[in-house]
Amino acid sequence: MTGVDDDEPGGRELLRVEGVTKSFPGVRALDGVSLRLRAGEVHVLLGENGAGKSTLIKMLSGVHRPDEGRILVDGREVGIRSAQDAERLGIATIHQEFNLVPGLTVAENIFLGRQPRTALGLIDKRTMRARAAELLRRVRLDVSPAAPVAGLGIARLQMVEIAKALSLDARVLIMDEPTAVLTSEEVGTLFAIVRELRDSGVGVIFITHHLDEIAALGDRVTVLRDGRSVTEVPATTDENELIRLMVGRDIAEQYPRERPAEPAEPAESAEPGAPLLRVRGLTRAPAFRDVGFDVRAGEVVGLAGLVGAGRTEVARALFGVDRYDAGTVEVNGRALARGDVRAAMRAGLGLVPEDRKAQGLLLDASLGDNLTLARLEQDTRGGFVDRRGQRRRAAEVAERLKVRMSGLEQTARTLSGGNQQKIVIGKWLLAGARLLILDEPTRGVDVGAKVEIYRLVNELTAAGCAVLMISSDLPEVLGMSDRVLVMTQGRIAGELSGERATQDAVMELAVRPVNEGNTYEASAMEGSDVG
Amino acid sequence: MSAEVLRAPGSDPGQWFTRAVLRNGPLGGLVALVVVMAVLSRDFLNGQNLLNVGVQASVTAILALGVTFVIVSAGIDLSVGSVAALSATVLAWAATKEGLPVWVAVLLGLAVGAGAGLLSGALVAYGRLPAFIATLAMLSVGRGLALVISGGSPIAFPSSVGRLGDTLGGWLPVPVLVTVAMGAVAALVLARTYTGRAMFAIGGNEEAARLSGIDVKRRKLVIYALSGLFAAVAGIVLAARLTSAQPQAAVGYELDAIAAVVIGGASLSGGSGKASGTLIGALILAVLRNGLNLLSVSAFWQQVATGLVIALAVLLDTLRRRSAR
Repeated sequence: MTGVDDDEPGGRELLRVEGVTKSFPGVRALDGVSLRLRAGEVHVLLGENGAGKSTLIKMLSGVHRPDEGRILVDGREVGIRSAQDAERLGIATIHQEFNLVPGLTVAENIFLGRQPRTALGLIDKRTMRARAAELLRRVRLDVSPAAPVAGLGIARLQMVEIAKALSLDARVLIMDEPTAVLTSEEVGTLFAIVRELRDSGVGVIFITHHLDEIAALGDRVTVLRDGRSVTEVPATTDENELIRLMVGRDIAEQYPRERPAEPAEPAESAEPGAPLLRVRGLTRAPAFRDVGFDVRAGEVVGLAGLVGAGRTEVARALFGVDRYDAGTVEVNGRALARGDVRAAMRAGLGLVPEDRKAQGLLLDASLGDNLTLARLEQDTRGGFVDRRGQRRRAAEVAERLKVRMSGLEQTARTLSGGNQQKIVIGKWLLAGARLLILDEPTRGVDVGAKVEIYRLVNELTAAGCAVLMISSDLPEVLGMSDRVLVMTQGRIAGELSGERATQDAVMELAVRPVNEGNTYEASAMEGSDVG
Repeated sequence: MSAEVLRAPGSDPGQWFTRAVLRNGPLGGLVALVVVMAVLSRDFLNGQNLLNVGVQASVTAILALGVTFVIVSAGIDLSVGSVAALSATVLAWAATKEGLPVWVAVLLGLAVGAGAGLLSGALVAYGRLPAFIATLAMLSVGRGLALVISGGSPIAFPSSVGRLGDTLGGWLPVPVLVTVAMGAVAALVLARTYTGRAMFAIGGNEEAARLSGIDVKRRKLVIYALSGLFAAVAGIVLAARLTSAQPQAAVGYELDAIAAVVIGGASLSGGSGKASGTLIGALILAVLRNGLNLLSVSAFWQQVATGLVIALAVLLDTLRRRSAR
């Protein structure tokens, strides 16, 4: 609202979408959507999952065609019927799932299908590598053009995708949730590159669920809701206002954590004050070393740190997925066998893994089968599964979690990210888990469903369960945790709680190299550890 | 042709036919095939011939039911033909040559089948061999052992077990009854047992199944053992029909069995499959062979037709699923 730059960013109009409508059997995905993108602006496309962002993008990249409405590029109406059409018009899209061939080199991926040729028609490797090197410099990616793509991490893969888009001389660059999988430093690099592109006149359509990124990077925002474009506002618009526009109602609080006034009553079976989970000296070099912490009933303990700090590895070791070399894990005072998922489950642990599609769901199985998966053994009597009981329980938990579905027979693949995550969590509720390990629980989940998941965390802890939450989303970790443990290079660098848990404090611990002295000993000395 | 002009659009029998087949999947395909055969050959649609089809389908069907378990769990079992022959050979050897009581011999034959499966399962689950390789090895080992035990020549089958190849009341073939019974068992296992549900979970997403507390390795042992057990039953039925256990019996049957499972709508990538579909798949193969025999089509061309039907069946199934999405 302030700043003339925000109201009149960039120059002439590059792309215009007018009254576009698209229906699929049973749903109207887009209903009269309009969007205007100018040269030299970053235009944020905001909306909950299912609001129509993906359909709109697929229309611009030639996957779907509009039923009604027009798409104009440089003021001329165009028909985008294929990826080649989009390419010719200078529209490049970086999808959430990358289109890279793992076995080929970086340079080969950048020029896939468009490799420079020699006079003999063979691929001119030298030219290709030189041009790739130039593009990699532009995206500040320090890898050799001859390196295979297979070994690169997600952040670097994304940069390769951007380099590929640059090689097409794209004037319109569409980025679908590019920051969902990046750490905050990587996001910083990405933003710098996007700003450079913007300043060179490229129009960028940027999709994100992270509201704080909008003001940081964007110029204008088009909000989609239920397939309609609700409005276009400047990127400086207040976050709460953006949320209201996006969900069509007020969300009182983004992180509605209800902290227990006092430590919650421990479970009856446990000794008063005894932790539900006690981890000591957990080590598997080089992934993690001498990790120790407690989690009490009724508590949400956050596990923060950079990607690669060893958080997921610790979670998997606790849950018995992977083995560890030394250390102990106790649940309710009883030691847990190493490398035994079933023992961990019997002790009341549940893991909501970081990659819900690859590790959490049977994508092509029914929601009912997914929900009852972790209690299959409990529901078996004399070898036979009580299918009727399973259906009843699945229906109950789906109702309780407000899963938006057509029925329990629907396949998990067809749900939105937030509803898929509810299914994975529901699976552990049905299995009777008392301590839930949530690994990146809201990655790719829209704002509305996020809050529902947070509420559920509150409900669980109020009922005496505990949650260990790994998250790279700092506001989330800080907003939802009662205490935050910060991991660095496989060690716990420190614990923060109450007022001392700020973004700055967490980042300071997360990036600080660990020395041997500051191993975290026991959580009993809450707040007394001196940094 | 001028007759076409008179028909209202959509009433074209060809179109109706295509739609019916698409909507009902494998069953639609079977019905369509039966209709075509009945039209082309007057001898096809009589009771005796249909029972013959049932008998011809029985061995493939029982093998395929066992393979269904494995395919649902995203594995493959190439060894079932060999294991069938080995089980029947052991049974005949124990009863005829060693003079053991027939019931002991039968149990021994079944145990050999289940044991062979167990071994394949152990190689897959604990040895981390690809299922293709582990069961390919078992295919060779099983056939070899059958030849070793029998010395390469057929062994007479004990007559009491041989009755499995006869008919009840002079008309109802026992192999058909055995197939129906095994089909019911397989359906029950798939739909209602812990192991059955675990098959779908492992085939759907092995990592998710493991992280949800399914004991994946032990289940794989059970799954391959079940496949071996079904193969043993199939081998015994086959030997009963032939009245002797032949070490060279059922060569290549594993491919028919896999074809039946896939025609029946299961996906080789795992996570889906039904006992009824597999039975229908086996029937489609048998109806095709029987019908082409009645039509005096040469055995060479029959192979071509079988291949086309397999491709067509899976193609139609893929189309059907895509249109259902």
